[in-house]
Amino acid sequence: MNMTQARRGDLKTNKQTYSPRRVQDYLTIAFFLAPAFILFLVFLVYPIFRSVYFSLFNWNGLGPAVDFIGLDNFKQILTDTIFMRAVGDCLLIVVLSLCLQLPLALALAIMVGRDLPGRAFFRTIFFMPYVLSEVITAIIWLGLLNPDPSRGFINALLILIPGIQAQTFLSNIHEVMACVFIVLTWKYFGLHLLLYLAGLQNIPKEVEEAALIDGANKWQLTHHITIPLLGSTIRTTIYLSVLGSLTQFPLVWIMTKGGPVNASEVMATYMYRFAFVRFQLGYGSAVALVMLLICLAFSVGFLRLAGQPDYLGGI
Amino acid sequence: MSRKIYTILSLVLIGAFALAACAAPATSAPTQAPAPTTAPAAAPTTAPAATNTAAPKPVTINWWHISTADPGLSFWAGLAKQYMAAHPNVTINITVLENEAFKTKLTTVLQSGNPPDIFQSWGGGDMNSQVTAGLLKDITPDLDANGGAWRNTFGAGALSVYAYQGKNYGVPWDMGMVGFWYNKDLFTKAGIANPPTTWTDFLADVKTLKAAGITPISVGEGDKWPGMHIWMYLATRIGGEAAFDAAYTQKGSFTDPPFIQAFQKLQDLIALQPFQDGFLGATHDDMEGAFGNGKAAMELTGQWGPSVESADSADKKGVANLGFFNFPAVEGGVGKVTDVCGGGNGFAIGKNAPPEAIDFVKFLTSATNEAQMAKLGMGIPPVVGAESGLTDPNMLAVKQNVANATYFQLYYDQYLPPAMGSSLNDSVQTIFAGTATPQQAAQAIEDSAKQNLTK
Repeated sequence: MNMTQARRGDLKTNKQTYSPRRVQDYLTIAFFLAPAFILFLVFLVYPIFRSVYFSLFNWNGLGPAVDFIGLDNFKQILTDTIFMRAVGDCLLIVVLSLCLQLPLALALAIMVGRDLPGRAFFRTIFFMPYVLSEVITAIIWLGLLNPDPSRGFINALLILIPGIQAQTFLSNIHEVMACVFIVLTWKYFGLHLLLYLAGLQNIPKEVEEAALIDGANKWQLTHHITIPLLGSTIRTTIYLSVLGSLTQFPLVWIMTKGGPVNASEVMATYMYRFAFVRFQLGYGSAVALVMLLICLAFSVGFLRLAGQPDYLGGI
Repeated sequence: MSRKIYTILSLVLIGAFALAACAAPATSAPTQAPAPTTAPAAAPTTAPAATNTAAPKPVTINWWHISTADPGLSFWAGLAKQYMAAHPNVTINITVLENEAFKTKLTTVLQSGNPPDIFQSWGGGDMNSQVTAGLLKDITPDLDANGGAWRNTFGAGALSVYAYQGKNYGVPWDMGMVGFWYNKDLFTKAGIANPPTTWTDFLADVKTLKAAGITPISVGEGDKWPGMHIWMYLATRIGGEAAFDAAYTQKGSFTDPPFIQAFQKLQDLIALQPFQDGFLGATHDDMEGAFGNGKAAMELTGQWGPSVESADSADKKGVANLGFFNFPAVEGGVGKVTDVCGGGNGFAIGKNAPPEAIDFVKFLTSATNEAQMAKLGMGIPPVVGAESGLTDPNMLAVKQNVANATYFQLYYDQYLPPAMGSSLNDSVQTIFAGTATPQQAAQAIEDSAKQNLTK
C-alpha cells in the first residue's frame, strides 16, 4: 500500500527515478564496455557501411570512388552463372556438413564420451586439427593431395593398391569439391565434437540408468534419450556449421583459388577474386553485401524457428 | 569510495587505449612487414663514404622484390650491401615475397596510399592504373638528365614498357621473351633430332614423345597465366600484330577469326593429352619443378626459365642439357615467326621515393651489375654494354630474338587492365578444362574487353 502511494508521485512526472546509485552503475557499465564497443563500431560497423557505399560504384581501389553506377553491380551478381555456382557450392558444403560432419562428430562424441579408457587422449587428438590455422591446414593438405605419387602422400599410398591410378584430386574438376569438403571436415569436426562432449556431460546419468533399467538397448538409448537431451547443443552446432560453411574462405582459396575453372568456387573466393585480383572493389563490396544478406537471412530464420542457440553448452 | 576508484581506473584504461590507437602511424606499419631480409638492416661499415654529395641525413629505402631463391636472392642482397657500404647514411630494407604473395601484398599497400620506394613491376596495364592513382614517381627528368645519360643506357623498346602517356615511371632490369625450353636428353631419347619449327611438326613431336612414354609439356594451369601464353602465341602467329591491335582498340573484336582459331588449335593440342598429371591445378613453381626434375620434355616459359627450373628442382641443378626454341610458326598464319611475346622485370619507383632510391636504381641497372645479373642466368639485360655477361648460348639466342623482333607484345594479362587480364586468364583456363567452346571463351574475353577497354 505504502509502496503504491510512494510510486504515485513518480507516475505523475512520468519519469523513471534514477537514484544516484543506479546512474553510477550504468555509467560504470558504459565505461567498461566502451573500449570493446568502440572497436566494434570502428572495425565492424563502419566498414560495413563503407562497403555498402562502395558497392554502388565502379571502383578499382586506388584513389577515390567516382564512377557511380547505382545497382548495376547487384544486377550483374544476380545474373552471373559463376556466382550462382558459388552459392550452389556453398549450399552443397552446408548440406554435406549437416549430413556428414555433424553426425560423425556426434557419433564419435557418444563413443568417446562416457566410459572409453583414454578418452582424454582421444579428445585431444580429435580436437587438434581445429587448433591449426586454416593456412597451415591448407598447405599441409596441398602437399598430401599432390598429384605426383613421388610428392603426394595419399597418391603414394593409393598406387600401392593394384589397379588404382594416382588421382589428380585438386586438379580434377570432379574430385575437387569432395577433397575440399574432406579437408573442411577434418579441420572443423573437432569443434563440434567438443561441443557434443560438453553437452553429453550435462545429461543426467540417472535418466540414462532409468532407461537402461527399463530395458532400452544402446540404439534406443541414443535415439530416445541422448539426442533429444542434446537438442540445444545440436541447434548450436548447426548454427555454427552453416554460418561457417557459407563464409568459408582460407582453406578453399589456398588449396584451389576457387578450383580449376570455378569448380570449387564459393562466395568468399568469388568476392576475393573480383575485389583483390581483378581490382573491382565496388563489385567485390556488392558481393560481400549479398553474402551478408544471405547469412543474415539464414540467421534470423534459424533463430526464429529453432530458438536461441545455447552457447553455454546444452543445459 | 571504491566506486570512484573503479570509475577513474576505467577512464584511465579507455584513455590509454584511445591514445595507443591514435598514436601508431599508419604509414610505416604495413611496409615494414617482417620478411626474410638478407641485407643487414642497420647501416654497416666504418669505411669512410666514397662520394656522397648530399648531407649525410639518414635515409631509408624500402625495396620489394620477388627473387625468393638464389641466385637472385643473394645477388640483390649483395648489391644492396655494396651500396650501403658506399653510402653509410642510406639503409635499404628489402622485402622478399613470392610472386603471388607479392601481388596480394602490394595491392593492400597501394591502397594505403604509401607504396614501397622501389618495387617489382611488369609494366603494362597494371602499372598504368597505379600511375592513374598517383602512386608512382615520374622519373622522366632523372632519365633525361645530362642529355639523357641514363635513358640512353636502355633499349628503347624495353624502357617503353615502363612508360605511360609519354612519361617514365620505372626502368627494366630484364627484358626477354617467352619461348619453349626443352630437355635435349629427353628429345634424343624419343628420337627427335631437332626441335620443331612449324605447328604441325610440333604436334608430331608431341605424339612422338608421348609414344616414348615421356610427358611432352609441363604447364602450370593452376596459376592460369602459363597456359595463357600458349594461346597468346597461337593468336600472335595466326593473326599477327594487326589482330591484337584491332581487338585492343576495339575496332575489331576478340571474337575475330584469329582468336577463335587460336583456341581451336589449342584444343587440338590439349586433345593429345600432352601435359603432366594435375596440370589444371599446378602452380608455376610446380610446372618449373616438374620440368627441372626431368618429368617433362618442354615448357613454355620466359627468360627466367633456366634459373627457376633449377631452383625448383629436387637436386637444385635442374635440366642438364637445356635447349631453347621459338614458338613454332603456324601454317597459314599472318604472324611472323620473328614476332615475340614476352616481358620482363623492372623497378617501379614509388611516389615517396627519396632521390637516393633513384640513385640506387641507377646503380642496380649499371652495365657492370646487369652483366653480372646476366651471368647468373637471372634474365636478359636491356642495358647497353651488359651483353658481355651473357655466356649461355640459350640466353644469347633469347636476346637476339628480342633484339630482332618484328613485333614485341607484352604478355596479354600484363598489357591489358587488371580486370580484363584476370578474366582473359580464366577464359583460357576453361579451354584447358574443356568446359567451354572456343566461341564461348572468346565471347567472354570480348565481354570483358567491352567493359574495360572502352572508356
